[in-house]
Amino acid sequence: MQIYLPIAEVSVNAILLFGIGGLVGVLSGLFGVGGGFLITPLLFFIGVPPTVAVATGANQVVASSISGVLAHLKRRTVDVRMGIVLLIGGLAGSGVGIWVFNFLSRMGQIDLAVQLAYVVFLGLIGVLMLQESLRTLRRMRTGTAPRVKRHHHTWIHNLPLKMKFRASGLFISVIPPLVVGASVGILAAIMGVGGGFIMVPAMIYLLGMPTKVVIGTSLFQIIFVTGFTTFMHALTNQSVDLMLALLLILGGVVGAQIGTRLGARLNAEQLRVLLAILVLAVCAKIALDLLLEPSELYSLAKVRR
Amino acid sequence: MRWLALAFAIGCAAQAAAQEEVVSGMSQDRISITANFEGSDILVYGAVKRETRIPETGILQVIITVEGPSGPIVVRRKSREMGIWVNTASVEVDNAPSFYAVAATAPLEYILSQTEDLRRKISVPQKIRSVGAPQDVLDARAFTDALIRIRQSQGLYASAESGTHLKEQTLFSATFDLPANLVEGNYTTRIYLLRNREVIASNQSAIYVRKVGIERWLYTLAQTHPAIYGVLALFIAAVAGWAASEAFRMMRR
Repeated sequence: MQIYLPIAEVSVNAILLFGIGGLVGVLSGLFGVGGGFLITPLLFFIGVPPTVAVATGANQVVASSISGVLAHLKRRTVDVRMGIVLLIGGLAGSGVGIWVFNFLSRMGQIDLAVQLAYVVFLGLIGVLMLQESLRTLRRMRTGTAPRVKRHHHTWIHNLPLKMKFRASGLFISVIPPLVVGASVGILAAIMGVGGGFIMVPAMIYLLGMPTKVVIGTSLFQIIFVTGFTTFMHALTNQSVDLMLALLLILGGVVGAQIGTRLGARLNAEQLRVLLAILVLAVCAKIALDLLLEPSELYSLAKVRR
Repeated sequence: MRWLALAFAIGCAAQAAAQEEVVSGMSQDRISITANFEGSDILVYGAVKRETRIPETGILQVIITVEGPSGPIVVRRKSREMGIWVNTASVEVDNAPSFYAVAATAPLEYILSQTEDLRRKISVPQKIRSVGAPQDVLDARAFTDALIRIRQSQGLYASAESGTHLKEQTLFSATFDLPANLVEGNYTTRIYLLRNREVIASNQSAIYVRKVGIERWLYTLAQTHPAIYGVLALFIAAVAGWAASEAFRMMRR
């Protein structure tokens, strides 16, 4: 069943779009990542123009994150207070990120910058996560009690402006979450994604939040970041395709519910191994695109006014 | 009425001493892009009108073209820099049609002279205007070739050397495939009659390609009220997210 997209001006298979939305929705519910890092390349692949893919992808992430966060709210696995602090940092960071993005666009190397950012960050995070989860899994199998790393005292605990984050069981300064939010915001704006795949590991490893609340909190924050992005794209480039968004959303919200339910059944550590493998796979794909000779050396782009 | 106007136009042109004229029609001159638009076929047909006998000089040939709205486009080329493939060179093509198809009765090089092609811009390469290649790009030709190659693979440029059927040196027809990734705008159909590699008569008519229904509505809203459109997009996302969550909760009970 073909459907013509009014803004993208291409005709694509509706079932395929529904499937892509569903797949990304499952990941979103399962891992708390918005799925932007996956949906945008998949849309490129089926022939949607990049600007439309980025803007519409963000809109779909809003829907699947809302769907996912509601399920998490009911299970009380969202640290709203932490989410708001991260969001404040995130919006500031994304402002800076948009400035950097425009600067690189003027230099004509934004594509390369985005691809390199993907390779470096996905690679780094994937390896770290895989290492950590495998170590924990091995420890669980051999029966040795895992060392509780979360409450060790570091310089982070000496920072001022302490705040109680009850849902996370933390009493820390607001500075680290603000910095994490801002750095993720910068990267998210440059890479054109919600930033969940960077946010989730940062919350676990840097802030020491329990895995249980990380996903819900990350989704909570992503809703606002991607919502803001969608609106800005619609306002400045008119590149949000509602027809495309609707199909992706239909798939996505269903997928997010399935993902959240699946997540409640799976073991947290196994979940982390899966996410690590996924992140590394996307990283490898992008790296190969940079390293292997493309079959078509030339590409077409609309002239930017 | 349209036929009358056409006939009148041809009648006026005919006074310029042409012995052979074109009378033509199309299966449709309006293409509506609806939500389930899957591309369209268009049949261009016509006849050669003569007051005299069929001339003996040269064989009659027909070329029919369909052209979509034009615009500038950037063609970029990758090369290997420090082990990775990067866009290093680019050429801005000043004007290239979004769609262009040529159907002729024989290979263009046999029936159309170079000067005539230059003057009337009939073949695909002639249709692309590129004057402003930057100084550091020496092989600007490779970029326009790449543009043609990429658009051909997308079904947007086509050249069929025996796409036009000519019967008894009088009746002709050609079918064009308009792909699903069609851009909105006014398309032009041109018919050329040739003898001895020179164009002896020509005629053109328009095809209107428009989005209709929900497609039209969404497109217009996005362009004229982007803020409302943006809010609508977020509203739909929020409602869909909430509805799915509620639906699943009810299913679990």
